[in-house]
Amino acid sequence: MTPRAIGERLFAAFQAAGAVPVDTDILQPAEILLDLYGEDIRARAYVTQDPVRGEMMLRPDFTVPVVQAHMKHGADPARYCYLGEVFRKQDRPDQRASEYLQAGYEVFDRAAPEQADADVFALFHQLLAPMNLRPATGDIGILMAAVRGLSTTEARKSALLRHIWRPRRFRALLDRFAGRAAAKPVQTLQPSDAPLIGLRSAQEISKRINALALDADTPNLAAPEAALLYDLLTLQAPAEAALIHLRGIQPLLPAIAPAVDRFQARLNALSTHGIDTKTLPFEASHGRTSLEYYDGFVFSFHGPENLPPVASGGRYDALTAVLGAGASIPAVGGVIRPALVAQLGEVAAC
Amino acid sequence: MLKIGVPSKGRLMEQTFDWFGARGVTMRQSGAEREYSGAVEGIDGVDLVLLSAGEIPRELAAGRIHLGVTGSDLVRDKLADWPAQVAELATLGFGHADLILAVPTAWIDVDSLDDLDEAASAFRATHGFRLRIATKYHRLVREYLTLHGVADYQLIDSQGATEGTVKNLTAEAIADITSTGETLRANHLKPLAGVIHHSQATLYRALNAPMDATTGTRLAELQLRLGLALPPGA
Repeated sequence: MTPRAIGERLFAAFQAAGAVPVDTDILQPAEILLDLYGEDIRARAYVTQDPVRGEMMLRPDFTVPVVQAHMKHGADPARYCYLGEVFRKQDRPDQRASEYLQAGYEVFDRAAPEQADADVFALFHQLLAPMNLRPATGDIGILMAAVRGLSTTEARKSALLRHIWRPRRFRALLDRFAGRAAAKPVQTLQPSDAPLIGLRSAQEISKRINALALDADTPNLAAPEAALLYDLLTLQAPAEAALIHLRGIQPLLPAIAPAVDRFQARLNALSTHGIDTKTLPFEASHGRTSLEYYDGFVFSFHGPENLPPVASGGRYDALTAVLGAGASIPAVGGVIRPALVAQLGEVAAC
Repeated sequence: MLKIGVPSKGRLMEQTFDWFGARGVTMRQSGAEREYSGAVEGIDGVDLVLLSAGEIPRELAAGRIHLGVTGSDLVRDKLADWPAQVAELATLGFGHADLILAVPTAWIDVDSLDDLDEAASAFRATHGFRLRIATKYHRLVREYLTLHGVADYQLIDSQGATEGTVKNLTAEAIADITSTGETLRANHLKPLAGVIHHSQATLYRALNAPMDATTGTRLAELQLRLGLALPPGA
């Protein structure tokens, strides 16, 4: 079967599951994507110039325009599906595809988020079942809850949350806050007689110096809390074992309790879908890469190591708030790459 | 003919000529002083192509020249996955310059990438747009900042007089090549800790240039003369 034919079959299966087909423009305004992802997106998306609308990008994914359309005039609840090309620049010749089909499914529903997580995963699991792919799951919400629950300053918590998708800088910050790496020595700051040039004002500079001084006076993270966070970053176990582990550390970090409750509710919902949660792989750090926006459940389905995931998805409640101009709605979804399905096998007859 | 691309003017051209001359390969401009054509003496079948240093990476990648001398900064910035397109034959020991990030000297709170990242976050919250860094080295700077997890910045293209952009309010910081730091100081800027790339003039071989048996022999002869390792299979 051609990728297009497989895509059509997946698209039909998503509609059979109650999703409304939607389409989005291929040319997307660059500004909103740059605001969300920062400069990194330029390395991944094709940028072009429109004489009237300014800088535009060839659609690097559907989620952003689908969320935008939903936030403007969507029903509540709603579920959508789409099939179309996305474009991703590849910096190495002859490596990965720079233009490929995505078949996607997105659910906007306030009622029972964990149930919706499980429904989406189970649907993807069932469609891809004949291919014997390796599933991977995670939950960024647990890590975020752990950070929010730290007994330290709001400034430190928001610094960590700001870099939750940049594992390297997150780790560097955590090392500093835990006292494992040196902080900036504030007392050595020397006044400068250089003229102040540029937009950043003297007030902004002194504000940061005050912030640095405050941070220097902030005690290191309590050793048990820091140890728990390091533990979470590397937690990797079958889902049920991970749940038992999280319940074990919960008394030491009570703030994660609601997130662990959600994790448990999701596992229960997955079980009723016939997913074996005793063997389902779970990694607390799964999905923590730049150019992502997931803030809860995350999942992917993998073929051979040298290929990108055949399918991936997750929960992105915060994205709807960012794009919703005040409004927000819990949302979860995912995409399948039909070309990889064609390469590796067939989807379930739907 | 084995084609070798060399910067077409200035110190870089003279020093390249000197480097080859010291190894028994004489290069000179033919015709009038301002004419961009050259000749190679002391070895047969080698054609000298005088080019702008900035165009040499592209010509190497396209396989229109077999060898080329240019700054390693230009190769790394202009070519995607450069090791798949060119091989480094020799670093030539001149044209040294460092690609660095610089901010106003008056920013006494900013000396490192950590500081830049935090200042960028506060800047965006205050001004409503991402902190602007002016540069012409988009790939190198972006890869460096991505690697180190710096957020809330944007790159602004600046093809010249980059050190002036902060004073002109078109950028808050810059990323540019510096050798002595004098231009930075004159423009009230200071470098951040850490160098994005130590650049120097380098002799490259195009990996995807068409090469018949005769040209291959010429290349082997030239490499032998220059005292360089032979290409694999020669």
